[in-house]
Amino acid sequence: MAARYTKDHEWVRVEGDVATCGISVFAAEQLGDVVYVELPAVGRQVEQGGEMAVVESAKAASDVYAPVTGEIIAVNDALTSNPEKVNEGPEGEGWFVKIQLTKPGEVDALMDEAAYAAFAKA
Amino acid sequence: MNTVSGNRGLLQAENLIFEIGAETRTGVDLPAPKGRADRLGGLKRTAPLPLPGLSEPEAVRHYVRLSQKNYAIDLGFFPLGSCTMKHNPRLNEKMARLEGFADLHPLQPVQTVQGALMLMEELSRWLITLTGMQAVALSPKAGAHGEACGMLAIKAAIVARGEGETRKRVLVPSSAHGTNPATAAACGFIVDEIKGDADGRVDLADVTEQLGPDVAAIMMTNPNTCGLFEPDIRRIADMVHAAGGYFYCDGANYNAIVGRVRPGDLGVDAMHINLHKTFSTPHGGGGPGAGPTVLSAALAPFAPVPYLVRDGETLHLVETENSADGEAQPFGRMCAFHGQMGMYVRALTYMLSHGADGLRQVAEDAVLNANYLLARLKGHFGAPFGDRPCMHEVLLDDSTLKPHGVETIDLAKALIDEGYHPMTTYFPLVVHGALLIEPTETESKAELDRFADVLIALAERAKTDAAHFKSAPHLAPMRRLDETRAARQPKLRWRPEEALRAAAE
Repeated sequence: MAARYTKDHEWVRVEGDVATCGISVFAAEQLGDVVYVELPAVGRQVEQGGEMAVVESAKAASDVYAPVTGEIIAVNDALTSNPEKVNEGPEGEGWFVKIQLTKPGEVDALMDEAAYAAFAKA
Repeated sequence: MNTVSGNRGLLQAENLIFEIGAETRTGVDLPAPKGRADRLGGLKRTAPLPLPGLSEPEAVRHYVRLSQKNYAIDLGFFPLGSCTMKHNPRLNEKMARLEGFADLHPLQPVQTVQGALMLMEELSRWLITLTGMQAVALSPKAGAHGEACGMLAIKAAIVARGEGETRKRVLVPSSAHGTNPATAAACGFIVDEIKGDADGRVDLADVTEQLGPDVAAIMMTNPNTCGLFEPDIRRIADMVHAAGGYFYCDGANYNAIVGRVRPGDLGVDAMHINLHKTFSTPHGGGGPGAGPTVLSAALAPFAPVPYLVRDGETLHLVETENSADGEAQPFGRMCAFHGQMGMYVRALTYMLSHGADGLRQVAEDAVLNANYLLARLKGHFGAPFGDRPCMHEVLLDDSTLKPHGVETIDLAKALIDEGYHPMTTYFPLVVHGALLIEPTETESKAELDRFADVLIALAERAKTDAAHFKSAPHLAPMRRLDETRAARQPKLRWRPEEALRAAAE
């Protein structure tokens, strides 16, 4: 399915009952060069809107919030040693985590690409 | 232009001390001891330590050359926001060097240091009076250490009430100094963020919503890091107290209100005071910091040891929790001894030489200077919170530069070429591309005008010449450093084999 977005600039793409999540192209551009990513442990339960990861750039450190509720079933370990992947492809190679959804309905309430583009512009 | 020597005019090139030193050289040449038996039981070092030996003139030149590449408040205007880089008066230095203060040892008998203890008592009296509080812990060594002192006193008070297990949340605004949430977390609290409102102040509705019986404290800075006074601070304090919590105030910006506002009147329960900011003692390499922490009546009993008590004509220090008397229940101790004596002397000198009226004028002039800069610079840079007056620091952003391809970092680097230490950049985080400028009261109008002229000229140049900014600094001892690579692949140790390899390339 197409990506959905949160107001905190995370994206989520759902296949089956697994959501792949990361930070948006807009967020990566705002942060500038990412120098450090802290990812959660696999197996951790996260709640929609709860702290999930930390991303740090030369400018700022920011919390990354879970866009959906569920269990972390995979993390993108490559970001730990190569944080630049976040800038190279925020919504592709630079994904953060995969979450096993426990409340699939949450996704529908998130913004679609057009709505998010308008939100980020405002 | 490249030179054969690597020097640039009279500015000397200088390598790392490890590169210029050698094990065969020394500044002090002592003959090898004779007729001494080895008493190390066979553990005597067999190879020399790989330390960089230098002759005395080499050592002196090395550090003088490094100091010439440095920037200092004694050299020029230092507009770092929230850092209060004000002039360090020479009278302070003269007093701190008096042998009765400078040559003391912390383990000397207290009968022999009554004068020093009297100075600490007098400094305490000034700090308590200026802040309208009940007690002061002098010993914390810097701002964040003072925060820890205040938060540990809050924790002790909560434990004493029997709520140690239930009151664990600390509320911190999104605009806070990063040390606030770090301190709260280090003291075992859970940190929750309070939103800012569109005006750059704490969102009262969010405070109301988040307050509850599990909240131990709120940590606020006033004026806040956007350089704005928090108008609802008294209301917030009352709300926090009504909910059973305490109010920690980050005193980093006390310079803006000293002599005009007593934090105790605002309902503050604990606040650290950076003597190296408000009270003009040196920063960083210029001398150790000092972060005395004032406490309200509710927290005073939990002040750490050592603290001063007067017994008739004699002063002494209560050194252990067990020897505390009366209502005192010290939460522990912040450091080995009583704190930074040299900074106490300098701070009290500053207070006495200004007087109460002079300290009031410090705050007034600091705010006036900041508003003068705001008036000159608005229009040339973005003003994220509109046209209103600021307190002691001016918060601008790079929104007028960005359309031309110039960002905050580029402006900061170009400012180095103009001979200024850059302002605080990208902080507070609530403003994108933030430029935070704190002129302090010690800069003259002429200096402020010169600085404003430079910034305005740079803003104009940005419209047509982004390339100049992207490659700045051009005139600094080092060109643009790769901050991203430094953060991604930090090299924290000099290794001779890597240096050799780099030289071969």
